[in-house]
Amino acid sequence: MQLYEKQDGKYWIIEVAGDVDASSAIHLDKAIEKALQANHTHILIDGTKLQYIASAGLGVFVSRIEEFNDNGVHFAIFGLSEKVKNVFQILGLDKLLHIVTDLQQAKNA
Amino acid sequence: MIHYYKANCHTQNLKLIREFVKVVLRDFALSDTEANQLVLAVDEVCTNIISHSAANNPHKTLEVSIIQEDDRIEFEIIDQYSEHFDPTGLLKVMPSLQHIVTERRKGGIGLMLVRNIMDEVEVDTGNAQNIWRLRKSFKQHIVHTA
Repeated sequence: MQLYEKQDGKYWIIEVAGDVDASSAIHLDKAIEKALQANHTHILIDGTKLQYIASAGLGVFVSRIEEFNDNGVHFAIFGLSEKVKNVFQILGLDKLLHIVTDLQQAKNA
Repeated sequence: MIHYYKANCHTQNLKLIREFVKVVLRDFALSDTEANQLVLAVDEVCTNIISHSAANNPHKTLEVSIIQEDDRIEFEIIDQYSEHFDPTGLLKVMPSLQHIVTERRKGGIGLMLVRNIMDEVEVDTGNAQNIWRLRKSFKQHIVHTA
């Protein structure tokens, strides 16, 4: 898994590439933690190059839902392939997280 | 046909296990999404074994067999060092998703995924090993290329 972070106006974008599994999810979690510590209030996950996600990766997002809501953080995930998006849909996580098609929708989510 | 793979219990090996399953599934006329679900189910069980039963000890091993039949596939995953770990309780009690969200838990959804993806999930315990059996039927589109 590779992570690339960038600022785009008021948005902090974390691009996730490759596989997020039990060996790598900790790094994604730390990237989100770092964004929150830096008081970013508009955090977007670019999943365009995300090849695979396991429950350890889903857990990174699920464990933060309450924190995002409590702190009014705008959080959205965009660019997922059909097979990766399906992993979120199996348990209905697509109903609890903002999962949209592209960057523009993510900014407006 | 049976395909077999043995790996040391380290999370770095999960990608190799996934690649093994992916290659075998090429014999099935599955969509990317269907194949990915099966890869995910095996990955989650192996993650569970590596993290809990083997406690991330890379000297321990697990074995994955894929039994390919006419209209179904069975994954048999053997955890050889399970004297102190009985996963059957984990399969009996599934936490609710809302509970996991409220408690801000990072874990707890792996086996929920497995249960949702597969038609049958069994664990035989005893003789210092756990044998997981995950089964999925494909009524319509099985194709053998071997």
